[in-house]
Formats: sequence, structure tokens, C-alpha cells
Amino acid sequence: MNGPQLVSLISALAIMAMLFELLRRHRLREKYAVIWGLLSLAAIVGALFPALLTGAAGALGLQVPSNLLFFLSIVVLLGLTLQLSYELGRTEEQVRTLAEEVALLRLEVEGVKNATRNTIN
Amino acid sequence: MSGQGAAQRVLVIVPAWNEQASVGTTIKEIRSTNPTVTVLVVDDGSGDATAAVAEQAGASVLRLPFNLGVGGAMRAGYRYADRHGYDVAVQIDADGQHDPRFLPLLLDGLASADVVIGARFAHEGDTYEARGPRRWAMTLLARVLSRIAGTRLTDVTSGFRAANRRAIHVFAAHYPAEYLGDTVESLVIAVRTGCRVEQVPVDMRVRAAGQASQSPVRAAIYLFRAVVALGLALVRRWPAHFDDGAESYLASEEPAVLR
Repeated sequence: MNGPQLVSLISALAIMAMLFELLRRHRLREKYAVIWGLLSLAAIVGALFPALLTGAAGALGLQVPSNLLFFLSIVVLLGLTLQLSYELGRTEEQVRTLAEEVALLRLEVEGVKNATRNTIN
Repeated sequence: MSGQGAAQRVLVIVPAWNEQASVGTTIKEIRSTNPTVTVLVVDDGSGDATAAVAEQAGASVLRLPFNLGVGGAMRAGYRYADRHGYDVAVQIDADGQHDPRFLPLLLDGLASADVVIGARFAHEGDTYEARGPRRWAMTLLARVLSRIAGTRLTDVTSGFRAANRRAIHVFAAHYPAEYLGDTVESLVIAVRTGCRVEQVPVDMRVRAAGQASQSPVRAAIYLFRAVVALGLALVRRWPAHFDDGAESYLASEEPAVLR
């Protein structure tokens, strides 16, 4: 096992370990955990068998295998950002709904309070 | 049956999402077969008349402002039960597949357990059939959870279950919202927090609206998600320590009766 391979294997394992710890502490939900799990698995496989990358790059007609790696990384990162934007948009919408709901409830509570005060007096 | 003889306060939680067609009948049936229980419908952000129909049928209705999934709806229900000091909380689905005549049987089961599951496949002559990947998923889940719980469980994805005060308090803080988490992971949580889980055999009816899909692709996805849900449940540390409010909930909210 050569230097670069060792480095990539160690970082892939570190990501896997971090993922495991985050899951154990309930910091990651299922929908994010699955994709990260698959990614870190792919990273470990890629680190153990670099020939896979060279082979795939050759089959696609790419002369420098690392270009395939960079291309894939960018696509994956784009996909993940897109997912986060989507989830953030959904969360904003839910927060908005909650705020409206609280305002409506507050008005109702004030109404009930005033009504009881009037009946007491 | 003896369970209802004692003056224990029982809350039946009915999570409902767009179930206006069946929720009324389900509530009426629960109330006619078990007149002493209180029925709480958790309207999970329905777009139809579910809440109105449920109120008409005599249930209290908790209206969630948007859809949270069965797990989210159930945690809201357990919080209600915890805050109002109910002794037992029972989940019954709105689609009519859980027969409320078995409810006293579940309550009797609480004599020796903290969580009682109304389970299919638990006796001879059961008519429910599942095949292929869906069946493998159910078998896998049942085997693993039986092992963890230290008792034989045959139908861990059953939503028909009763919880005593101890389990209600745990579920009020930690009830998973993820797919399959509400049934599978909740059992792991119960066991890890020291609750005893048992099952009693019940018959389930065909759902009033639609049967679970049997297409091979869906079944395979179901198997995959079951494995993921189970894996997550086993990896996670219970009881949880995290800063999303559940922990502060446990710290600040004693059950109403203890105050």
C-alpha cells in the first residue's frame, strides 16, 4: 500500500467513524445518514482498489483518472447542496406556519382572558 | 376482563392523516366497545375534514399545523397523555384495521409489561399473508427485536399497542419520527430505557381504505428501509442526550399527577 492510498483510506475511515458517532448521538437523521453512509463506503472502496477508478476513467475515455474523481465529487456535492436547499426551504415554510399558528392562538387566548375577566366583574 | 375494572384512566390515541372516510366509524366503534376510555385524535395536518369528523364523533382533536408523520403525531399524543396524567395510552389506527374489542386484552397485558403490542402471526390460523422481501423484512425485524426484548415478538411493525405511565413518559420525550422508526425504533427505545415489552395475539382486519402494496420494487424498498431503520435504532444511544428540546422536556415536565 503506497502513500496516497494510505492517506485516502485513513480519511475515508475517519469520515465513517465520525458518521457513526454522529448517528450514535442522534445528530443525523435517516434521510441524511443513508447518503453519507453510501458515500463513505464508496470512499473506502475507492481507497482500497484504486484500479477501479483508473479502469472507469479509461472506459469513459478520460486520460487523467483524477479528473473522474473530481467530476464525481463535484456532482455529489452539488446534489447534497441541492438537498439541503430543499430541506431548508421546507423548514422555513414550517417555521412560518408555526409562527402564524402561535399568533392566532395568542389572539384566541387574549379573547378567552378578556371574556373571563368580563364575566367575573 | 379485569384490566378495565380498576379505575385507571385510559387514553386512546388515533393518529389520522386524511382519514375522513374511516375515522368517524373507528371512533364510534372504540367508544361503543370501550365506554370508559377517552379518545384523542391527532390530526396530522390533514387537508380534508378529518378533524371535523372526529370532533363530531366525540373525540378530542389535536390539530397539527402541518404533516409530521405517524411518529410525530404519536409523540404529540403521548405528550398529551403524559401532561394530563393518563395511566395508559393505546394507539389505534384510524383506518379501522385495529379491532378495539381487543383493547381490554392489551390492558390486561400491562399487568406484566410496560408496553404491550397487539400482534398478528401470534396464533394459528392467521389469515394475514405477506410474501417476498416484505416478509423477509418482517421476519428479520421480529427476530432481532425478540432478541433485544428477551421475549418472543412476531409483529413488531404493528401500530396497535398499549403503554403504561412509565412508557408514556419515555415516549413523550423520545418517539422517532422516521419511517418505520415509529414502530421499530420505539420498541428499541422502550427496551433500552428499561421498559418490558410483551405481545398479545390479535386479529387484524383488512384496512378500510386500500391494502399495503405488494409490488416487488416497493417490497424491496421496504426491506432496505427496514434494515436502515433497525440499524439506526441499534446504533443510537438511549436514553438520548441532545439539544432539540426533548431532554429539556424530560427535565422540566413531571407528569401532572406527580406535581
